[in-house]
Amino acid sequence: MNSPNQQPAVRATGLVKQFGDHRAVDGIDLEVQRGEVFGVLGPNGAGKTTMLKMLATLLPIDGGTGQIFGHDVSAEPHLVRQLIGVTGQFASVDENLTATENLWLFARLQGLGRTEARQRGAHLLEQFDLTEAASKPISAFSGGMRRRLDLAASLITRPPLIFLDEPTTGLDPRTRGQMWDTIRELVTEGSTVLLTTQYLDEADQLADRIAVIDHGRKVAEGTADELKSSVGRSTLQLQLVDAADLAATADLTEQLLGEAPAITPETRRVTVALQRTDQSVDLLVALRDRGVAIESVTVQKPSLDEVFLALTGHDTGEDAGTEDAGDAADPTTPTHQMEASR
Amino acid sequence: MTTTLERGAPETYDLPTRVSLADTFSQTMTLAWRATVKMRRSLEVMFDVTIQPLIFTAMFAYIFGGAISGDVGSYLPLIIPGLIGQTVLTACVATGVQLRTDLDSGVFDRFKVLPIARIAPLAGPMVADMLRYFIAAVLTFTVGIAIGYRPGGGFAGVAGAVLLAVIAGWSLAWIFTFFGLVGRNAQGVQGISLLVMFPLTFLSNAFVPTDTMPRPLEAFAEVNPVSLVITALRDLANDGQVTSAVGWALLGCAVVVGIFAPLSVRRFKKM
Repeated sequence: MNSPNQQPAVRATGLVKQFGDHRAVDGIDLEVQRGEVFGVLGPNGAGKTTMLKMLATLLPIDGGTGQIFGHDVSAEPHLVRQLIGVTGQFASVDENLTATENLWLFARLQGLGRTEARQRGAHLLEQFDLTEAASKPISAFSGGMRRRLDLAASLITRPPLIFLDEPTTGLDPRTRGQMWDTIRELVTEGSTVLLTTQYLDEADQLADRIAVIDHGRKVAEGTADELKSSVGRSTLQLQLVDAADLAATADLTEQLLGEAPAITPETRRVTVALQRTDQSVDLLVALRDRGVAIESVTVQKPSLDEVFLALTGHDTGEDAGTEDAGDAADPTTPTHQMEASR
Repeated sequence: MTTTLERGAPETYDLPTRVSLADTFSQTMTLAWRATVKMRRSLEVMFDVTIQPLIFTAMFAYIFGGAISGDVGSYLPLIIPGLIGQTVLTACVATGVQLRTDLDSGVFDRFKVLPIARIAPLAGPMVADMLRYFIAAVLTFTVGIAIGYRPGGGFAGVAGAVLLAVIAGWSLAWIFTFFGLVGRNAQGVQGISLLVMFPLTFLSNAFVPTDTMPRPLEAFAEVNPVSLVITALRDLANDGQVTSAVGWALLGCAVVVGIFAPLSVRRFKKM
């Protein structure tokens, strides 16, 4: 028998959940290594939460096996429960109690002594910036505060594995960013995180590896970059200072890259797909030699939106307009562009 | 079972695989504390054990007293323990309905993923509800005494009866806890529970002597745990004696717990 210490944090093989005629989870394999953030990405109803509930001992497993640090979820639920913390839409805090009372309750239930429970609660409230709201009723909490308290409540015993079910669904962009920071901090402290999300940018931001789930099946797995490069090439977008240069630029691009670019005269933009990212340099040098003034240059990898569309044949079901607007304002977009042009 | 594990590299050899009895008790008491905090914040859950005894005791005594026992005064030793049984049973219905409401909130899923005894989230609120049964029993006795009831068992007899009422309430509540787990929503649970509660209350010796009933009904009323409890309450309060009826009442309660507690826990585990 293998020592539990060599076992991955999560290992699921052929996981199945059947609800009547409907297979909510249809044979999913998953392996999450210790210390990584693993993202399970999929649209509403893809089976993400059901899968998480099975691995967290909340739902019986109908087929296949789930192991947490080498312990079978169905055979040793009590042991598994001591190794995980669960935060999600399904596992929340008690709305009738204050934040302090909630943390005290969960600490006492998990065997902490009175003094220890009080100290741990106070510490967590401080860590999650909730000290001022400590004795307010939960009903007076904002969405972000509520999520932070949910998360704090699942960290009382410092579990080595944390399940986060859609940690930022329904939060405004600023609060979402704060939640991301909190999750990143957890990881630097050494926790393993398995999170589900329907936001592509969230998986991109937080997860070391991503599994894409659709209709109860895993359709792809890899790092965000791997997933992106699996479906397509980068594109180069140039914005010229003078619209008069558009035709010449298009000709030169076709000459050098062997592919006709798309031209958007209104915005003086030239867009072309790249075989290799370094081709962009050749083109830029050639354009400077001709004296074509360039206002901006971007090299962009395909977005996870495009990945999702390519993998599943449908989009994530999010409002595409909102998502685009979010991307435009997202300060991390240039990071991808820099990565891509390296 | 304090689990302070090294992050990232859990040493899982020495983790317990089941919950000890001492931990189960402490978890139950912690969840009972939670239930009392909830009670304090929503005092309307106390209506059934405060207003109801006040009104029902006087109402039943004056309406049925003359018809059943000839006059109100001689009906009181019969009806006061009967009403305690009835009020406590009503309070048990609320235990099940409350549980259903609780189950539908997200916090119960968190209880379920914690490494705690499966019985604790069910038993905790039931322990807290013993306070409600206590209030119901004491208030009913108080109203009874105010309208002329003179318990022959004295203070000790009444105290014993209150204690038995609380124990009986906790035991019978397992029936309604089970329905709370089976029902789809709070209204459904309320519906089933009332359907169970009325036969249990009226097919008993709570309001009338059982020998006035047709044979089959009488047979049921005799073995009805509610009847057993009420007979014992009468013996304790009216005569101050720990009779065999008390033993039968406790046995009846034990049988109810023996059937419905395992059923409830099994049901809860599957949810």
